[in-house]
Amino acid sequence: MNGTFLGMPAFPQAAARAVRDGQLRANLRHATHTIRDKRARAVAELPDWAELRAAGKAIKDHTLRHLDRYLVQLEESVTAAGGTVHWAADAEEANRIVAGLIRATGDSDIEKREVVKVKSMATQEIGLNEALAAEGITAYETDLAELIVQLGDDRPSHILVPAIHRNRAEIREIFADRMAAWGRPAPESLTDSPAELAEAARLHLREKFLRARVAVSGANFMVAETGTLVVVESEGNGRMCLTLPRTLISVVGIEKVVPTWRDLEVFLQLLPRSSTAERMNPYTSLWTGTTEDDGPSEFHLVLLDNGRTAALADQVGRQALRCIRCSACLNVCPVYERAGGHAYGSVYPGPIGAILNPQLRGTSSPVDASLPYASSLCGACYEVCPVAIDIPEVLVHLRERVAEQGGHPLERAAMAAAGYVLDHPAALAAAERLAGRTRALHPRRLPGPGRAWTDSRDLPEVPAEPFRDWWRRNRA
Amino acid sequence: MTSRELILGRIRAALGDADEVAEPPLPRGYLSAHAPAEDPVALLDLLHRNLADYRALVHRCTEAELPDRIAELLAARSSRTVALPAGLPASWLSGVGDVELLPDDGSLTAARLDAVDSVVTGCALAIAETGTIVLDAGPGQGRRLLSLVPDHHVCVVRAPEQVVASVPLALPRLDPARPQTWISGPSATSDIELDRVEGVHGPRTLEVLLVKS
Repeated sequence: MNGTFLGMPAFPQAAARAVRDGQLRANLRHATHTIRDKRARAVAELPDWAELRAAGKAIKDHTLRHLDRYLVQLEESVTAAGGTVHWAADAEEANRIVAGLIRATGDSDIEKREVVKVKSMATQEIGLNEALAAEGITAYETDLAELIVQLGDDRPSHILVPAIHRNRAEIREIFADRMAAWGRPAPESLTDSPAELAEAARLHLREKFLRARVAVSGANFMVAETGTLVVVESEGNGRMCLTLPRTLISVVGIEKVVPTWRDLEVFLQLLPRSSTAERMNPYTSLWTGTTEDDGPSEFHLVLLDNGRTAALADQVGRQALRCIRCSACLNVCPVYERAGGHAYGSVYPGPIGAILNPQLRGTSSPVDASLPYASSLCGACYEVCPVAIDIPEVLVHLRERVAEQGGHPLERAAMAAAGYVLDHPAALAAAERLAGRTRALHPRRLPGPGRAWTDSRDLPEVPAEPFRDWWRRNRA
Repeated sequence: MTSRELILGRIRAALGDADEVAEPPLPRGYLSAHAPAEDPVALLDLLHRNLADYRALVHRCTEAELPDRIAELLAARSSRTVALPAGLPASWLSGVGDVELLPDDGSLTAARLDAVDSVVTGCALAIAETGTIVLDAGPGQGRRLLSLVPDHHVCVVRAPEQVVASVPLALPRLDPARPQTWISGPSATSDIELDRVEGVHGPRTLEVLLVKS
């Protein structure tokens, strides 16, 4: 496994491999069921959950409806508070801006070659770490799970718990083998107890925090009215990145803006309970520009489009931009639970990934064209979504889009053949008898263009005798 | 064309379908609090329970007992050095005896704080429903790194004036221009098989002193 999503096979092939991995399925099942049950309890504590959800949906829809206005207001507020705002139309531009800012900061050579990072979906989406590496800059991930992923030369498989696919023995192995190559080595006697593993990460990363002069973050929310950015986290690595370095660079999708300070009262209730099933996450940092003698003296905000405006243009699909990345939809999804996050070929896995990726990236690649089909349309994702994104509705909508561009090759061939046979009763009867007599020879999977269909389904067994023959023999 | 113009142009084109009818007002039918906002005794108990639920160590005392209680907490951990934010009442540390006090005049570096045993701060307010303490860098709270780098954080909450019921009641009392840190229990991770482990990067021990005034 390597660190890139490029060249991923389409969902059915990747999922077929994942469902045969017993360890992966066991890890995933344990994790998703645990979070799912805890979340249901945390949500049940609030009798006004439905009203909060309606407010969250309405605030996000209102913001998207006037996105140009709120982004301009945000830019003014951040600038007035001492920050600098940059606009990036795509991944390449965002990466170029960040690399340029890093090279321009710091007095010593090392400051231009190293940054610490707090976990950020947006920077994963644009492949920032890889782009910086190409410029000779090392980006250190500081979230424990992201560290596990980075040291393991792996990819995240869950929005909230990126290393959900790894168990403690695998993590111990990764730390013991790889930490030394990145900095402070793991202790000799490291066991696989979670407390010891966390302690090893603490020591390994503290060295980096105390040295870092530049940090890169994302943000959960940006307040247009005040210019305030909000980062929600648990470990404190976020606080380290947001306060210790001299320069802070935040890369944030344009859909993360909310109009007013007051709006945070809705999202700071919806997000923690939906994601980690807590009344409140351990740490939330809010900052507005720069503050003299407290935290970074330079703050840069990079506003990222990278396909978001394309999603905004789709009247049905744009609701995906309401997403607050809580990951509740992943944890209830029967398809995610079996296929795992890697099968989705993106940093956004699960049901939200199935509707977000084809909109952000278009549906021309096999993996993006297959994602709208990576669902049983059971609707559990819609039920749990704290901002009421109707994921099944968008999935069906995107299937139409994929079908319009030609659909699955098999679907077209099968429909043409079926049309002929159903129009010719004798041909149908002959085909049925032939199928019955040769059924021992039937493959479990179709050859040729049919393979795409049977990659994710087992073929139905053919009965020994056609029903019409049986009827004639017994009843006629 | 700049990227700014490009993106704003794309947004306006994407929203071309927008009908210009007046939008309904935002539905804000949710509750302003889930706890009895007007009952200070119940709120303090709720705050205590929720803080403890997130594995903060919670103690109660009166204003007069505060210096002795702080001294006890530091002694119990054998803390030899304690960082103090500017504006912290000097009387709070009057009982500590043979402990090195490091008042922050802006010169304490992260590396120095990494070797400090404890930090004592006040707070801006505390939210009972969620078990959250909010620091806003005001007097007695100091710079954000003070409550972050040392491994032991002692935080003083004055009841009832610093205790609010809920997030919606907390936000209007906070100034967005000030940097804020909301703390709910000590640093924690569940990244390894969802086993909760206290302390990866922030303080591993959070002790909260609820002071009745």
